[in-house]
Amino acid sequence: MRFSAFKVVAEALTGHKGWGPLWRNPEPKPEYDYIIIGGGGHGLSTAYYLSNTFRQARIAVLERGWLGQGNIGRNTTIIRSNYLLPGNEPFYELSMKLWEGLEQAFNFNAMVSQRGIVNLIHSDGQRDAYRRRGNAMLLAGADAELLSREQVRGMCPFLNFDNARFPIKGGLMQRRAGTARHDGVAWGYARGADQKGVDLIQNCEVTGFRIENGRVLGVETSRGYIGARKVGVAVAGMSGKVMGMAGMRLPIESHVLQAFVSEGLKPVIPGVITFGAGHFYVSQSDKGGLVFGGDIDGYNSYAQRGNLPVIEDVAESGMALMPMIGRARLLRTWGGIMDMSMDGTPIIDRTPIEGLYLNAGWCYGGFKATPGLGLLLRASAGDRHAA
Amino acid sequence: MLIPHPLLGLRDAQEFTYLGDASLLNRPDGMAEGADRAFFDYAYLRDNPAGVHRELWFHEQGDRSWLVVTRDTTTHEILGAELARDVALKGGARWPGCPAA
Repeated sequence: MRFSAFKVVAEALTGHKGWGPLWRNPEPKPEYDYIIIGGGGHGLSTAYYLSNTFRQARIAVLERGWLGQGNIGRNTTIIRSNYLLPGNEPFYELSMKLWEGLEQAFNFNAMVSQRGIVNLIHSDGQRDAYRRRGNAMLLAGADAELLSREQVRGMCPFLNFDNARFPIKGGLMQRRAGTARHDGVAWGYARGADQKGVDLIQNCEVTGFRIENGRVLGVETSRGYIGARKVGVAVAGMSGKVMGMAGMRLPIESHVLQAFVSEGLKPVIPGVITFGAGHFYVSQSDKGGLVFGGDIDGYNSYAQRGNLPVIEDVAESGMALMPMIGRARLLRTWGGIMDMSMDGTPIIDRTPIEGLYLNAGWCYGGFKATPGLGLLLRASAGDRHAA
Repeated sequence: MLIPHPLLGLRDAQEFTYLGDASLLNRPDGMAEGADRAFFDYAYLRDNPAGVHRELWFHEQGDRSWLVVTRDTTTHEILGAELARDVALKGGARWPGCPAA
């Protein structure tokens, strides 16, 4: 089934009887060419790009719970490519370009909305740093624009421009950045992969690897042994636990990061705003809720929920940036488990075990990387595909 | 979270800063064979358990003592706390150059 305006009209006239589920719910086969552990954003996008490149390959995604139960459904939905360093910026810009064509490519509404992001500037030093960053972005083919204080005021008159400690002096704007409906991204990739024959196997927890002579042969799961030529791991938050089963220790700690949403309000925030003084970022969802977040809680955690001190800290940052937020009621808070790597850099690589590939350590920046990462992991795992 | 400080009783976790796994007390001997590998493991690699975790907290807003706190990372339940000094003296730590306790 292809989604189109014609399909919507046709279904409306015939009582919406032809929609059906978005993907199959298959039983695991005894063997696959590629197994991807983790049915989150990164796992599903990898499966999608693998299946679109290697049409004949037998591919499965194994998910412990349901598709998209982890961080793909827990983030603050921001997509952007406003990085500085040579290794980073081209990658995120590749991802940004994929975001721009994503919905047409997988024929699913992921609500990609390029409403722009502004990183606020509070000091002369910060302006210099952002000017440099903007130039680096332009060199990598992204867009960037340095805004004056008055330009920021024109867009966001509600900000506290004259905070005694952190006055707003301007901003670095990326107009092509924005937000995407995070669950929609997971569902779109899942549906796209399923249509290319990928088996999305839910409620299938990996309990061990079968490794012989330094080569992975398959995985033990709660639904029996499944053989594989190559296994990719994309299980942010649980990376240490899963790779521990393969006998590897990782430079990663799991931490909880909280996110927040207010009650629904009339449209007030034009895009994404980040407070360069505290650690605070906010956007407004299409439903009207202010979606915002701040720092990680700062201690090892697998609990998927945080504690009150960080909630207070984030609320204080919000109040310092936009005092009007104090009138909004907080509707929900939740937490996701981040793979915090020791140097803040993600790991996308093969491992010392042949046929085993790892994608981990995205800290709190994995969502925007979802499309580009899938493409890269496909490249690292797939280029020597011989099926 | 409230941390049961061995000297001061229950203290709010906000008074503390967090360092990480208590195995950081066991600093490798820089003069020993294979020290580069040992320091790589020490600096970067972590067990990162889901469950009971022994970890270092520093009472920065209090008496500035280091504690080894035992905590469940799946529930945030705190199971106990000791002075890191006591843990080290009990022989948990191997500081090169330190007189044996």
